[in-house]
Amino acid sequence: MSTSPAPAARIQPGRAVEIADGVHWVGVLDPALRSFDIVLSTANGTTYNSYVVRGEKGVAVIDTVKEAFAPEFFKRLESVCSYDEITTIVINHLEPDHSGALPELMKRAPQAHVYLSSRAPMMFKALLKSTDVTPSAFTLVKTGSSLDLGGRTLAFYQTPFLHWPDTQCTYVPELALLFSGDVFGCHFCDNRLFNDKVGDFRFSFEYYYAHIMRPFRQHVLTGLELLEPLELQLIAPAHGPVLRQNPRHYVQRYRELAEGRLDDQVVGEKTLLIFYISAYGATRRMAEAIAQGAEEEEGVRVSLYDLEVGDVSPFIDLIETADGIAIGSPTINGDATKPVWDLLSSLHTIHVRGKLGAAFGSFGWSGEAVAMMEDRLKGLRLHLPFDGLRLKLVPTEEELAQCQELGRKLARHLTTPPDALFAEAA
Amino acid sequence: MPKAKVTFEDIGVTITVPAGTRLIEVSERVGAAITYGCREGECGTCLTQVVSGGEHLADPSVLEDQVLKDMFAPRGHRLACQAQVLDGDVVVKPA
Repeated sequence: MSTSPAPAARIQPGRAVEIADGVHWVGVLDPALRSFDIVLSTANGTTYNSYVVRGEKGVAVIDTVKEAFAPEFFKRLESVCSYDEITTIVINHLEPDHSGALPELMKRAPQAHVYLSSRAPMMFKALLKSTDVTPSAFTLVKTGSSLDLGGRTLAFYQTPFLHWPDTQCTYVPELALLFSGDVFGCHFCDNRLFNDKVGDFRFSFEYYYAHIMRPFRQHVLTGLELLEPLELQLIAPAHGPVLRQNPRHYVQRYRELAEGRLDDQVVGEKTLLIFYISAYGATRRMAEAIAQGAEEEEGVRVSLYDLEVGDVSPFIDLIETADGIAIGSPTINGDATKPVWDLLSSLHTIHVRGKLGAAFGSFGWSGEAVAMMEDRLKGLRLHLPFDGLRLKLVPTEEELAQCQELGRKLARHLTTPPDALFAEAA
Repeated sequence: MPKAKVTFEDIGVTITVPAGTRLIEVSERVGAAITYGCREGECGTCLTQVVSGGEHLADPSVLEDQVLKDMFAPRGHRLACQAQVLDGDVVVKPA
């Protein structure tokens, strides 16, 4: 007679879950959450993962949970250790969803020593300023620092900007276990906890990377250099499933996601993307003239796109690896047009700082759009060395020549070595 | 105008810039991995290690000094958004 497989074990209220020898998950589930940090949607909530590592000489708590969930966290924590046993508190990342219960934990375990990334002290101070807890005993750690819990070592790997300056990972070499903080995490809530038992969370993993890690793509690649050489039996992130089945797969996926898409296509050339939208064709003609001028410069790949197609998401991918962008919009009712704002309001998910930027557009009455687009580009920290071009109604041949000249200047700027640019500026 | 040479150790790039240029301006132009936040010397995000040539940077302001203290920044660290190069050779890398 065949028997059904045993159902996956589920997290029980007030009970910790052992994830490795002497290591327990003591986090909390937040299944009702539908919007995280305002900007991320979560189809089925999230988890705030906290862990306890028991060594022969001490007990460490790795991260805590969002403050509102502190009572549940403490109940679960109490199921595996008493407060006076806790010697060590490690905070991999001080954002409130991981540090919310920290002040109370410091009160309940006042003897515990806190270990933070060397980039964390200002945030630590800010976190505690509204509490009656004073940051007494804490140690700043960086890559290469470690501490011995007795048979269990906590080794620290600083991974700045994944996704805050203070972020770090904590590794237990005896178990090949990585407490990865937000890295390799996702907003997905399933009380079967382990990646081989929970529902399909691939979309959550990719979505989380796209919104949390992608703006720091270069830092992801630097962090991966540090983490990839580690033996990995288990990855225990700060959100979402514990990754025990094929943990390296998730590391590999980060590398795939972080490596540029266009880099293989445009080797040795600079890329200039020109976006426009046009009501009567005037701004389009400006865009075409800018492109024409830019194309005269050797070593610059110029692309022209009409934003009227609607969906801006493919353009975000292109901008991520481009060296410069120029954006054109007519002025309608004193503003740039919605497709332009759709594009400009989507750029926070990628790294655009320091890229070359420019704005242009035709107008009928007053032409505010160009300055507004320039303000947004400057706010995103693009570099705008040339004044934008605003032309009244239909451009003349002379005005189109100005557009071509702007294109040439943009392209030349991209191909000029930085030394020469500084010399020009001086 | 006096010039200085700034080397970004992480990407192996050296660039000559006029005196008075802030490290972050140079870093941004050459694509070094110094990430910044406020760019006004307040948030501490752009903490940078000065590997050598610290004497060729303008002294930190009172505000920068205070932020470096609040951050427990080790010796030889500066905020890239504040530190201006004067002359000579300066070698830096992200903290």
